[in-house]
Amino acid sequence: MNDDHKIIPAHVYWKVYGLLLILTVVTVAVAYVHLGIWNVIVPMSIAMAKAMLVVLFFMGLKYSPRLTQIWAVAGVFFLLIMFGLTMGDYVRRVIVGGW
Amino acid sequence: MASHDSESHLGHQFEDIRQQIEAYTVGMWVFLVTEVMFFGGLFAAYIVYRSQYLETFFEAHELLDKRWGAVNTVLLLTSSLTMALGVRSAMLGRWRHQIRWLLATILLALGFMVVKYIEYSSKWEHHLVPGANFQYPGAGNAGEAQLFFSLYFAMTGLHGLHVLIGIIVMSVLVYLTYRNRAKVQDYIPTELTGLYWHFVDIVWIFLFPLLYLVGK
Repeated sequence: MNDDHKIIPAHVYWKVYGLLLILTVVTVAVAYVHLGIWNVIVPMSIAMAKAMLVVLFFMGLKYSPRLTQIWAVAGVFFLLIMFGLTMGDYVRRVIVGGW
Repeated sequence: MASHDSESHLGHQFEDIRQQIEAYTVGMWVFLVTEVMFFGGLFAAYIVYRSQYLETFFEAHELLDKRWGAVNTVLLLTSSLTMALGVRSAMLGRWRHQIRWLLATILLALGFMVVKYIEYSSKWEHHLVPGANFQYPGAGNAGEAQLFFSLYFAMTGLHGLHVLIGIIVMSVLVYLTYRNRAKVQDYIPTELTGLYWHFVDIVWIFLFPLLYLVGK
């Protein structure tokens, strides 16, 4: 019936969920402390870790066919290109006037 | 009672069931990649304007309630768990468990929409919805603040629409499974719905810190 599909044990899902909750608590806690640039880096890094957990385990990408994994990576790759080139333009602009 | 054998649903264009499953799965992921770029455009706009107007964005974000944001995060994370367990039940042919987990997911998603409604109506009352009624109470530039709230409503609104669509799709899935309809007798429709739902969760995982926890 489901011979080709790895069935992840329920306890793995629960452990991932626990991790996700812990990471959420940490993210909120960091928001209340003034850390300068780290106030961006830490929550974003945690968000990426949470997203990885959801993608790898809840979405099962860890056990998915290679083609599926390639598509997922490609999506992130093109997203980074969009962010990178967009910001690359804007940081070099000189604002005249503004709001 | 229900046959959950996917062998009987092999499309004639596929060599075997493994290829069909892989085709369906890749197809769903391709769609999700387009969704990543779709939301990504709004995220790019947010990144640009936050980098330009950090002071006002920081001040404006204080008008968002972090607690509701955190509640919504927990609701969606839990709904991803229940969804994953529902997909697992579908794979194991346990359709009663599957329906229960799906109903739990729908309930949590509805909770999310209720919180959204509470937040949005509060914004409306406080004149923070961009448009003719917008009045910014802070010291920062009102134009920049309106930009922050435009992005807030565009991003959370688009995300909320996706949650709503997810609720509808899951409800249809529950109904079809309950009625033991042929098209949902293997686990694939549930798994694809699950992939969509986890994507919706991931978008919020990034929305929450970016909008509610703007650091300085």
